[in-house]
Amino acid sequence: MPFIPHTEQDVREMLAVIGAPSIEALFDEIPSALRVQSLPDVPAGLSEFEVMQLMSARARQDGQPLCFIGAGAYEHHIPAAVWSTVTRGEFYSAYTPYQAEASQGTLQMIYEYQSMMVSLTGMEVCNASLYDGASAVAEAVLMAVRANRRSRSARIVWPRNLHPHYRAVAIATASNQGVRFEELPYQPASGHTPVETLAPFAGQDFTALVIAQPNFFGVFEDVDALTDFAHAHGALVIAVVNPISLALLKPPGKWGQKGANIVVGEGQPLGCPLSSGGPYFGFMSTRLEHVRQMPGRVAGRTLDLDGRPGFTLTLQAREQHIRRAKATSNICTNQGLLMTAGTLYLSLLGAEGLERVAALSMSRTEELACALTAIPGVRRVFARAGFHEIVLALDRPVAPVLAALSERGIEGGFDLIEHYPELGPALLVCATETKTTADIAAYARALSQVLQHS
Amino acid sequence: MTISDIPSELRFTRSHEWLRPMPDGIAEIGISDHAQHALGDLVFVDLPDIGRALGVGEACVVVESVKAASDVYTPVAGTVVAVNDQLRHTPELINRDPYGGGWLVRLRPDSPDAGSALMSASEYGALSLDG
Repeated sequence: MPFIPHTEQDVREMLAVIGAPSIEALFDEIPSALRVQSLPDVPAGLSEFEVMQLMSARARQDGQPLCFIGAGAYEHHIPAAVWSTVTRGEFYSAYTPYQAEASQGTLQMIYEYQSMMVSLTGMEVCNASLYDGASAVAEAVLMAVRANRRSRSARIVWPRNLHPHYRAVAIATASNQGVRFEELPYQPASGHTPVETLAPFAGQDFTALVIAQPNFFGVFEDVDALTDFAHAHGALVIAVVNPISLALLKPPGKWGQKGANIVVGEGQPLGCPLSSGGPYFGFMSTRLEHVRQMPGRVAGRTLDLDGRPGFTLTLQAREQHIRRAKATSNICTNQGLLMTAGTLYLSLLGAEGLERVAALSMSRTEELACALTAIPGVRRVFARAGFHEIVLALDRPVAPVLAALSERGIEGGFDLIEHYPELGPALLVCATETKTTADIAAYARALSQVLQHS
Repeated sequence: MTISDIPSELRFTRSHEWLRPMPDGIAEIGISDHAQHALGDLVFVDLPDIGRALGVGEACVVVESVKAASDVYTPVAGTVVAVNDQLRHTPELINRDPYGGGWLVRLRPDSPDAGSALMSASEYGALSLDG
């Protein structure tokens, strides 16, 4: 289908039909005082050559640091075939075309993505993706409030060790819709949220319990006990998970006796490079009983009039362009390109490859923990097992240490002081399969030098 | 279907709901033939819980077709005493038999003369044919 902009002739003809003298006249309802007459702070355009120079200079500023920061976005090896396929013209579009008659490849890609995510999370249905992990949590909260008709409280219970950005985005999205949030403390020695912390909610109405597995500290939760407590109190369970960890861990669909109700998370670890915070993609899967409350779109497999298999969008009637104020979401679309990268990543690695990435990331993190805690002044904060991140306590403020490491070409981790001041000077570090024994030794050597010389 | 096919005991709202007074004071509620025709093939009906108290004009049911999802508004205030469970698996009953097997909800109205202000079948028929 050709995408040819309107010619001046087209524009004149259309204006003549509706009787408007100019395009500008279409906006005359807006009082002139409210209209921006000029944009003095927006610079004039640059030539392609100037843009290339500027961006190359910016890229040099980034350097190629050895990155041990996780905290929600993780560096994994991405097979070259992923992005050479994603950037093919058929996929590389600013907008995803959904017309079934013209877009069978795109629709099949979404369908394959959904099928893989359903299998990974142990759920029954998955949407075509969301913006990112944080907005997926916010959407899951709103979905749980709609889906749990037994609960009248719109009260969401979540752990303090859920990603602080996810909590901030969910509060911004849902609190003005009457949703209240209550925080569960974590156990200071283990970093997890024991089921006993839910005791104050026994016998009370709460709509949903959010469970992060692993939690923001990288620590594993007792998901079975938490899930069963929530269900025994008529609450739904929202699982927030790392998709790579699911290659090794029990899928949320099998948590406790009945399994989680909604599973969400950040899709970035699946084939999306670290990129200044995005674009990434969020995922969401659920049980069929809740599908009518799930935001977003679903690609389905069906038969055409001649009985041939084909793909089409289903469940669209709940979307904002049709249902407006009553839509399941008014901020959601899918992240077609990033979801495509995730699908290709999963299909190239396969179940066994994903399991090896997860296992290697865990063992690299353990190796990193051993190397760093051998340095005087560095100790492990939580004694409980986890995935590929750990919290380390330092004997002095973290920020200057991270700055000194950065000068040595190492991004040493995420400073927890802003979000978890109760931990004192503490650092969240991560090593995925991309970190070699030599990389880990280089980090340990640099940290040792920094701590000795400051 | 013409106006004369509409059961004469039904009362209608401007938003295309109908109400059938039943012998025991219960009011049965559905959507009109005009409404089902405008919506197209229905694929899902979201019914309220039994025992729920509904005010006049409150959205009580969501009917979803292949091209739209719409609220059904309660014509008279009352408490839900029954819902048409058959619609959970066969929502197309609304398309096939909007004034019979396609009923949605039965209410016990808060007031006995509830619904007297609604339109008659012929008044509604004239309206929906015009509109």
